[in-house]
Amino acid sequence: MGNPIKIIKNGIFDENPTFVQVIGMCPTLAVTSSAINGIGMGLSTAAVLICSNLFISLLRKVIPDKVRIPCFIVVIATFVTIIQFLLQAYLPSLNASLGLYIPLIVVNCIILGRAEAYASKNSAIDSMCDGIGNGLGFTIALAVIGLVREFIGSGTLFNVTVLPDAFPKTLLFVMAPGAFFTLGCLMALLNHFKNKNKNKA
Amino acid sequence: MSDLVLLVLAGIFVNNYVLSQFLGICPFLGVSKRVETATGMGVAVIFVITLACAATYLVYNFILVPLGIEYLYNIAFILVIAALVQFVEMFLKKSSPSLYQALGVFLPLITTNCAVLGVAVLNMQKNYNFIESVLNGIGSSAGFALAIILFAGIRERIEFNDTPKAFDGFPMALVTAGIMSIAFLGFQGLIKL
Repeated sequence: MGNPIKIIKNGIFDENPTFVQVIGMCPTLAVTSSAINGIGMGLSTAAVLICSNLFISLLRKVIPDKVRIPCFIVVIATFVTIIQFLLQAYLPSLNASLGLYIPLIVVNCIILGRAEAYASKNSAIDSMCDGIGNGLGFTIALAVIGLVREFIGSGTLFNVTVLPDAFPKTLLFVMAPGAFFTLGCLMALLNHFKNKNKNKA
Repeated sequence: MSDLVLLVLAGIFVNNYVLSQFLGICPFLGVSKRVETATGMGVAVIFVITLACAATYLVYNFILVPLGIEYLYNIAFILVIAALVQFVEMFLKKSSPSLYQALGVFLPLITTNCAVLGVAVLNMQKNYNFIESVLNGIGSSAGFALAIILFAGIRERIEFNDTPKAFDGFPMALVTAGIMSIAFLGFQGLIKL
């Protein structure tokens, strides 16, 4: 039984899925053309992650070891289908802009990775906290990338125009290459600070 | 006929799944350090996606639609793909140990390669018929193979270059992928489907 706050913090900072573990890259790059999309995707993934971690942890003694991966995938796919229905019913516009990437939450390595590495070995409460931490870490990362791309690419933040029209907009950043550049530069920035801290210590 | 050829070409160049749609980024970044491993992964992906497109088409149209449970497509597809990957692995182990040696490590990874599920779902959403589905699978997986092999070639060279320390590893790979992605933007508008 670990300390819940510590587990959550661990997921957000020390083991941030995007910046530290570098998993779940496809949605990270694909849907972050605006901050709203990024947050929507992050929260959907977090919801699936929390539910699947909880369920898999509860079922961990029932599932035979040999067929655990297919079992995990069925649990995850079930929750993804539920989330997809909820989005279709209550947030159709977000559902339309995320499109294909909602069903693809099933194959997000973060979810299967946490199920295998954490939920299949730890108690239900701990697993849920782990899900919350990793889910929030993922959401924050997506929101940051989305904000940067939206600001540079279309001069808006959360769909509110902040740059004057005369300011040149780099359309490239809302297109595919911008996603790679933004994530690469953000990771380099983090590395830079990490190296600096190491040199000081 | 020319439509079908265009479908394959569009999958390889215009709608390149890695560089313009971001499907299959994990293996793209993960196993692209050497050209040989990248080639292995590319070939394994072509193999699995083509089979998966055929299998998911059949499952969707002959099992899910008659039973009226299309909404379960996501669960059904991922199970089909997982089973298929397992089957391919066992088949290769028995029939061609040398190929299994080369592709073995990549096969389990392919289950969670989102390009496989992504192409299957896209085929369904676009209402492709059986031949179109399979050809779309071939085109898009060949596009993946092309991208990952080119990328590995570039990365092999970059390794010996002097890059800023903060950019070591993943950041450099991402920037490289970004530049490749710009190059592939040049194909945009070449083929309209």
